[in-house]
Formats: sequence, structure tokens, C-alpha cells
Amino acid sequence: MSLRSPLGKVLGAGAAKEGAHHWWAQRISAVGLVLLAPWFLLSLIALGDLSYINVHDWIAAPVNTVLLSLLVLAVTYHAYLGLQVVVEDYVAHKGIRLLVLLVIKFALLIMGVLGIVSVLRIAFTGNH
Amino acid sequence: MAQFSLPANSVVNPNGNVHKAPAGAKDVRSFSIYRFDPESKDKPRIDTYEVDMGSCGPMVLDALIKIKNEIDPSLTFRRSCREGICGSCAMNIDGVNTLACIKASAEIKGTVKIYPLPHMPVIKDLVPDLTNFYAQYASVKPWLQTRTPAPPDQERLQSKEDQEKIDRPSACILCACCSTSCPSYWWNSDKYLGPAALLAAYRWIIDTRDEATGERLDELEDPFRLYRCHTIMNCAEACPKDLNPARAIAEIKRKIAERKQ
Repeated sequence: MSLRSPLGKVLGAGAAKEGAHHWWAQRISAVGLVLLAPWFLLSLIALGDLSYINVHDWIAAPVNTVLLSLLVLAVTYHAYLGLQVVVEDYVAHKGIRLLVLLVIKFALLIMGVLGIVSVLRIAFTGNH
Repeated sequence: MAQFSLPANSVVNPNGNVHKAPAGAKDVRSFSIYRFDPESKDKPRIDTYEVDMGSCGPMVLDALIKIKNEIDPSLTFRRSCREGICGSCAMNIDGVNTLACIKASAEIKGTVKIYPLPHMPVIKDLVPDLTNFYAQYASVKPWLQTRTPAPPDQERLQSKEDQEKIDRPSACILCACCSTSCPSYWWNSDKYLGPAALLAAYRWIIDTRDEATGERLDELEDPFRLYRCHTIMNCAEACPKDLNPARAIAEIKRKIAERKQ
């Protein structure tokens, strides 16, 4: 039982002076997805022939390499920001919350780096 | 971890006492009302009251008062002004948070189901504990803060247009219908200030006479205090005064983003 005043509980340790960047980044990455996701799908449809060599050559084209890397970055970053909010909403236990957030952070970081390195590898090594 | 099992007292016995209408009643309506007595060990229950609408006022609050006066004096609820300005009789009627005094029984189809405001500790029957809600309101310092001394011979002046900006947000009666309808507030009401307190904060942030705008925004810039709002919009839906706390919160977020540019 705590005898701390209700106002004292609400004021707590004060404002974290944070959150605006998260909010803004979520919106910026969403704009990126709105532009890049249709570009990716339409490009694949336009490509028609989805054989290994054909797609390989498509990714190796400089503009496609850059945009595809940005798409991977936007997807993983946006996914991290969104999942972070979900976890903060529903996981009340601070220790478990931190653990889950770290697992998500590392998982998405690995996915992002893996995706971008894969695209760059195709772009720079050239051979099929 | 998220709490998957509910507290014992959140399980409500649907078959409480039934109070039949008196013989000769012509226009009978059923009211199913949440009952909880903190002094008994019983779980909360739903009592049903049959009310003769022929001798009852039109609003849900009229029916509650009639039940308390004529059928069951133990029924407990808050009420005062009976005209939608004090905010005391906020409760969940037919699944929607609203004021019992301005909600007509005739607007509801079938049995009128009445619960206390959702997700708040219940003191008794329809009376929730709003201590945290009021403390959150107090935390945004809902009063004018200035450094310029007031003019000695007149009020602090404000243009008509600037006054119009605060007309609507000032009309909040702190009934708590909005905050208690917000899922984000349900899960994190210990840290998220909720739509009512944020609407009050907004009212002072946009007041052109106030000189603490920056400090006010500083105090709100927090992942939980402000940014737990996910634009669910239940607040605007629930508000019995037709205010829009969701828009006020969006404006606060915009102001914080803009001052970084």
C-alpha cells in the first residue's frame, strides 16, 4: 500500500521529453512504404518473367538496388516502431517488456541488415 | 506480462434480484443495473427493475431516481444538476458512456442496461473511483500561467478570434466519459493522461494569454503521457458535449513536432 498522493503518482518521475521523434519517424517510414511497396509490386508485375536470372539482373540495376534497399529499411524500421507501440501498450511488466522489445529490435535489425546486404551482394558481385 | 486472468470481482452474476412492476402499471420498461456492495463478500450482480414509464420522467436519470425513491433505496449513483452541465451522472448506458440526465430512455431499444464507467475501480454500484482521473487533470496545471504582470487597470486582453479557439475545449465538464471509453486509457491509465486531461492541457496551450506554452508541451512530450493516443476516436464518439479530444491531442502532437522544425 502506498500513501503517496494521487497527484504525486501521476507526476511520477516527470515527462521523458521523448516520443515526438518516434511519432514522426513512424509517419515518415509510412510515407516511404506507401511509395515503395507499390513500386516494388508493379515492377515485379511489369517484369513478367520472374526467373532467377531475370530478377537477379533487375535487382542489380542501380536504381532498383537503391530503392529495394530503402524498401527493406522502411519495412523493418516501420515494423519495429509499430511493434514497440504494441508491446508498450499491452506488456505491463517492465522487465518482460524490456526483454521483448530487445528481442524484437535485434530480430528486425538482423532482418534489415540481411535484406540490404543480400541486395548489395547481388548488385556488386554481378555473377549469377 | 499482460494480465490474462480477470480479477475475481470482474465476473458479474447476471441473475441478481428482480423487482417486478406494480400491478396496474401500463408502460413497463426493464432496467438492468450493475450492483456492487463493497461491504458484502458477494461478487457484482445485475439487478433488474421493472419501471412504470407512465409515472416516470423521460431521461434515464429520472428512472434511476424513481427506482431509488420507490423500489430500492440501496441503489447508489452520483447525480446533481440533471441538465448535462455537472458531469456527475456519467455512466455506461446501453453500451455507451454518456450522462444519464440527457439520455432519453425512449432512445434505447429493449432492456436498458446500465453499468458504471468502464475500467475504473468501483466504489459502489454506479459510482467509480475518479481519484486518478482528477489527479491527471490537476497535473496539467489547468490555470493561467504568466510572467507578464496583469495590467493594473484592466483584464488581460484577448481578441475575439483567440477567445473562439478556447470556447469549445473550455466546455468540457470533466465527466470522464471520454477517458473511460478509451482502450489506450484502460491499459495504461497510470501513465497515459487520457483524452480529458489532454483536452484541458490543449485548452491552456492555445490560450493566447498563457505564457507557459513551452513548459506545457515539455510536460506532455512523453511516450506514455501523450503518445499513447492512437487516434482510436472513442473519446470524440462518447463525449456528451460533442467535443473532440482526439483532434486536440493531434494538435498537441503537431505543435510539439513543429517546434522542432
